[in-house]
Amino acid sequence: MTLKDVKEILEAEVLVGSDQLEKPAKTAFAADLMSDVLAFAKPDSLLLTGLTNPQVVRTADILDITAIIMVRGKKPSEETIKLAEELKIPILSTRYILFETSGRLHARGVTGCIEKVGGET
Amino acid sequence: MAEPLYFEKSFDVEGGSFQNAGNVSGQIKGILKDLGVSTDIVRRVAIICYESEINIVSYAKRGTITLTVTDEAVKIETKDEGPGIADIELAMKEGYSTASAAVREMGFGAGMGLANMKKYADHLIITSELGVGTYVRMMVMNFQKILHPDLPSITL
Repeated sequence: MTLKDVKEILEAEVLVGSDQLEKPAKTAFAADLMSDVLAFAKPDSLLLTGLTNPQVVRTADILDITAIIMVRGKKPSEETIKLAEELKIPILSTRYILFETSGRLHARGVTGCIEKVGGET
Repeated sequence: MAEPLYFEKSFDVEGGSFQNAGNVSGQIKGILKDLGVSTDIVRRVAIICYESEINIVSYAKRGTITLTVTDEAVKIETKDEGPGIADIELAMKEGYSTASAAVREMGFGAGMGLANMKKYADHLIITSELGVGTYVRMMVMNFQKILHPDLPSITL
């Protein structure tokens, strides 16, 4: 699956990175707590979140996240968009709630970047 | 054989500057990548830097983050002018936090920061003085280089 497929499945609006839609998307992590994202998310995964501040982009950059999917129709601030453009991190916005977003992607083959916590590094 | 690698630089972090939180960590990540440090070590150092930076921004007036890179380890030292930590053992506990609402709105302040730093660093030391500030030293070791000293520097 690519970001383009993700966009279609989630009927998402591409806010940053329309030139990066060919990037592959195989795994994902979903959370609103950035410390948990830092603790558990893996590189080259999608980040599904309801947060919209610049720290989401920073967190994605630190972890080499493929793209940020903002759920529940959230739209990022101007600072967030500017930082994402600078760091070349795609942002998609979908109106689906986090549960539906995760379910729709999982049903199409996107898996969790880890299944459960404990034992992983 | 390549020359042993050595790099050192200090960065200033402004307390309360939430908009810029992460800026220094992004720079440090870029430096490590440019030095040819392995992806796994870059990621671990970037995470401990970022949590450290969030801590300084969230609690201190100002602070510095110092990056030292050698063949055998990446060292991150943070020093801040802030309130200090009354009970370090308690502060290390997952879920314990004294963070403000502003910090929580950013997606932090859930009492995971120090725990994350401990998780990703091979070595962590904290000293703190109430009303003065906090010093943290973290090391991410390049065990591959320690076990195989003949490897070229680029393998860090």
